[in-house]
Amino acid sequence: MTVVQLDLSRISVREVNEYLHHRLAINGTRAVEILNPNGMHNIAVGLDYPVEVHVRGNAGYFIGGMNQQAHISVHGNVGWSVAENIMSGSVRVKGNASECTAASGHGGLVVIDGDSSSRCGISLKGCDVVVGGSVGHMSGFMAQAGHLLVCGDAGAHLGDSLYEAVIYVRGKIDSLGADAREEPMQEADYAKVRELLKRAAFERSPRDFKRVASARTLYHWNSDAHQEY
Amino acid sequence: MCGIIGLMVRKEELRRSLGELILPMFDCMAERGPDSAGLAVFAAAVEPPLRRFSLFATGSGYDWYALAESLQREFGCRAELAVRDNRAEMIAPLEAGRFRQWLKARDGGVRILSAGRSIEVFKDVGRPDQVARRYGFAEVQGTHCVGHTRMATESQVSPAHAHPFTAGEDFCLVHNGSLSNPYSLRRLLEEEELEFETDNDSESACRFLQWRMQRHGETIEQALRSAFEKVDGFYTFLIGTARELILVRDAFACKPAVVAETEDYVAISSEYRSLAHLPGVANANIFEPLPERIYMWQVGA
Repeated sequence: MTVVQLDLSRISVREVNEYLHHRLAINGTRAVEILNPNGMHNIAVGLDYPVEVHVRGNAGYFIGGMNQQAHISVHGNVGWSVAENIMSGSVRVKGNASECTAASGHGGLVVIDGDSSSRCGISLKGCDVVVGGSVGHMSGFMAQAGHLLVCGDAGAHLGDSLYEAVIYVRGKIDSLGADAREEPMQEADYAKVRELLKRAAFERSPRDFKRVASARTLYHWNSDAHQEY
Repeated sequence: MCGIIGLMVRKEELRRSLGELILPMFDCMAERGPDSAGLAVFAAAVEPPLRRFSLFATGSGYDWYALAESLQREFGCRAELAVRDNRAEMIAPLEAGRFRQWLKARDGGVRILSAGRSIEVFKDVGRPDQVARRYGFAEVQGTHCVGHTRMATESQVSPAHAHPFTAGEDFCLVHNGSLSNPYSLRRLLEEEELEFETDNDSESACRFLQWRMQRHGETIEQALRSAFEKVDGFYTFLIGTARELILVRDAFACKPAVVAETEDYVAISSEYRSLAHLPGVANANIFEPLPERIYMWQVGA
């Protein structure tokens, strides 16, 4: 398979993205390697083609944003909002991720091998997020659909104001957010955890995970609560 | 949005290269803050009773030599002045408070940007890359520095509103974020007879911390814990003292920060991309500071 190399020390992010948007099908490109990302923002955003993209180094904000079909791997760390609004395909980060991983992701798979900091999986809308390490505070905030699986620990206020997304955590949870509660694992949960671990190629026992989901007490306005949740 | 940068070099031979190392970091962060720029450098401390004063002339053609002569007449001391553009670095055996009062009474044409044994402050409005070259940031030397590129959101764009803010001596703060209670902090401090130079929210945080240390005898850690209680809003603060760099983020960690540490330096920036070209960064320990945790690095440690 021919791998097309795009070097960000020679061309701009805009040129890289133009290639990824318009040239892949014409050139029959199935694999792209992006060199020297040096923390630049908006790399490989808005792809809609079944291509394999390898980013060699640390990337900045929004890498893999709005992704469809493509499989993007970052061989380094990433900044805020990796794979935000991802629709399908996958984004894998071999290092650590900063805040807001997979924010508002609708579909596809996002895997962080290392840690993912605050607000991981915020407002998820159907995407599956698997984190090999730990997640920071307010992860899963207002997540509506999809799954967040954390092999390490979770920071404070996990799953605050959750809707129907489900969170699985293997390690310790600093605290649960408003309306989030720990629930017993059912057979369907073990099967889901097994499936997510397999897709992310992590070897962990599903038996070690806890389930966190919405208690659904915020779904309807309760005037007796006096705004105390 | 604003950009924050900080660098502390851990080897004596690197002190000469402080400016060269900081300039690319600074240029990169210009994108986060295009309207003003500033830098505080902690250089070799002068021996008492000498002090360093960074002075800023508000108009063009300020007569610095007349200022030096007046000082000679008034205080009977010699002031050593290095003038560059609208700014002068002065070394003189003057007590900071007394000099400030005297200068205020004498003329409004010059302001004190900083006072202390080792701090030097540069700040002005304009594109950060231009400000950096006008003042020669590439040539600065010292153990550590704190820089800022500003995108004003809470108060006007003026030289005095640019960061770093200083209070007391050898103390400065830069801020990315916005505070929601700067006026109540200010009222609290004005009752204690502290004077403000601007209506900027970051100035209130700077003066609050310095007040906690000076009037309440708190350490910087204790002062920051007081700030976690009293200062409301979004912030990443980077603070410089003669011996330390201190970094904190608010409880929500709403504003970014990245740290890269090697045996040679500790470098701090709003974004990794401004650290990406530092020598040895590929093998640096890179991490994101946690909310409401105090990170402190000391010269020589």
